[in-house]
Amino acid sequence: MRQALAQWRYVIAENPLTGFAFALFTLFVTVALFAPFLMPHSPLATHAADALRPPGGAYLLGTDQLGRDILSRLIAATRLDLAIGASAVALAFVFGVGLGLIAGYYGGWADRIIGRFTDTLMAFPLFVLAMAIVAALGNTVTNIVLATAIINIPLYARMARVETNIRRDAGYVAAARLTGNSEARILLGHILPNLLPIMAVQTSLTMGYAILNAAGLSFIGLGVQPPTPEWGTMVSEGASAILSGQWWVAVFPGLTLLLAVFCFNILGDGLRDVLDPRNRT
Amino acid sequence: MLRIIVSRLGTAIPSVIGVVIVTFLITHALPGDPAAYFAGPNPTLESIAEIRQQLGLDRSWPLQFTSYVSDLVHGHLGSSLSTGQPVLQELLSRLPASMELTLAGLTIALAIAIPLGVMAATRPGSWIDHLCRILSTTGVSVPPFFTGLLLIYIFYYLLGWAPAPFGRLDIYASTPPTITGFYTIDALLAGDGETFRAALGQLVLPAFSLGVFSLAPLARMTRASMLAALSSDFVRTAKANGLSSRTVVMKYALRNAILPVVTTLGMVFSFLLGANVLVEKVFAWPGIGSYAIDALIASDYAPVQGFVLCMAILYIALNLVLDIIYSVLDPRFGLAA
Repeated sequence: MRQALAQWRYVIAENPLTGFAFALFTLFVTVALFAPFLMPHSPLATHAADALRPPGGAYLLGTDQLGRDILSRLIAATRLDLAIGASAVALAFVFGVGLGLIAGYYGGWADRIIGRFTDTLMAFPLFVLAMAIVAALGNTVTNIVLATAIINIPLYARMARVETNIRRDAGYVAAARLTGNSEARILLGHILPNLLPIMAVQTSLTMGYAILNAAGLSFIGLGVQPPTPEWGTMVSEGASAILSGQWWVAVFPGLTLLLAVFCFNILGDGLRDVLDPRNRT
Repeated sequence: MLRIIVSRLGTAIPSVIGVVIVTFLITHALPGDPAAYFAGPNPTLESIAEIRQQLGLDRSWPLQFTSYVSDLVHGHLGSSLSTGQPVLQELLSRLPASMELTLAGLTIALAIAIPLGVMAATRPGSWIDHLCRILSTTGVSVPPFFTGLLLIYIFYYLLGWAPAPFGRLDIYASTPPTITGFYTIDALLAGDGETFRAALGQLVLPAFSLGVFSLAPLARMTRASMLAALSSDFVRTAKANGLSSRTVVMKYALRNAILPVVTTLGMVFSFLLGANVLVEKVFAWPGIGSYAIDALIASDYAPVQGFVLCMAILYIALNLVLDIIYSVLDPRFGLAA
């Protein structure tokens, strides 16, 4: 434990950006958890008289075309966006790692079928595939989560397959087999725990991508519907205002989205330095 | 050479089959009801049932699949409900706009990423190395639609340098005679400098938004593989033989380091084609992406289906071209098999 902490301290000291990203991550999670208590105004209440107020005064980050407080909407959106990202990544993790374990451990037909399946998904530009899935399943937040999860499954499955495959005949697996453990027990109790560090890195990296993807879908009008605040829809609502100079309507949500994705990407790199030092860049 | 191309074409066929199956499954087997989409915004039960019969949705899956495939083979992608135009025709007429934008974005990404990666690798620890690292971590984090809006605000609203961000050419400008479908190239071929500048002016900001988003993996990979190449034995030998550092870097190291970069391009295309849709919306670019968005909003199903298929085929084709480029760049590739 103390050694792990020392390693963290070393990584952060060597790369202050990781420390900054970790602070940012804590901030995002806190905001998401305590969102209802942090909002100065209601995120949905419209104040026609105060439409398009620039930042400052009663509205710290200004108001949009309907006079809604942008800061409050950003705080409410943080909770929604993080929830979408986290649930999509969790689903992709469970199904992707599950498929990868089976393909890597059993090989043969299972491997070929799963490999063909992931290859086929990867034959699409991923964002376009997500658009198609949401279009077919229906335009709801749940389907945004599903679509984002599905396009991430191949990444997890491939990585888990390779990592399982190299461990399949390792000494400790042979020992577990010899002492009469069931296959399921070997897979879940002996191989899976060894995959977790490397998969954790992947999780952090895909979390940023998942949020970006969901925001992109919302930006083109899929998924989260107005007036529900979400970073992508907020940028889209601000797109017309920016042409007449009211930059704050689109810039603050866009900047928040950028920071969130940035934070997860940097954390992923930092996590890799700690958990998987072989792949340091 | 020809044999390599043919064998590469062979490997692309399973991908195309897979894509056709997935598109079929998405449109026919998922819980969503295409008949309800086709019936428009206010469907009655009868109209849905009628459309279901028209579309053949009351038949068994294998039957539906065979008729779907035979339609595809004959180039029938259905017709758009809102415009009444055949989808294939509309996609083909809009494809050059998307391709011009995507390729311009790729060119910008390559033009920034490769020199940056090479300079970062030759001077590790210098400011340019840090710049490379910052760009390759922030680049992928910036949503392309946000970059687009920021660029519009700065270069159109504040500075007034860029033209209004609506489409490929000003509505009053005359379009160049169609040869390639790329306005910039067509204008050059027609010797029309004014149209060329106008088309280029419209193209710069959206292409830049795409380029920034996709340059990160390229810069990262160029730097990493250049570092590896520069520390290899053949570079040491070349240096020891007294070749100029320029020759060593450009001819010996870069030629070898560029191969992994070409491989990365496959992933970059996935990024580019997806981001293309978003950027097209921001700049009202009349490509296949904005066509698909309009159709999605109107619940117009056939164009969406055609768009997805078109994008997937395009992606497979681009990867095929990459494979061929790779085998040209690296003569060892494909001979062992």
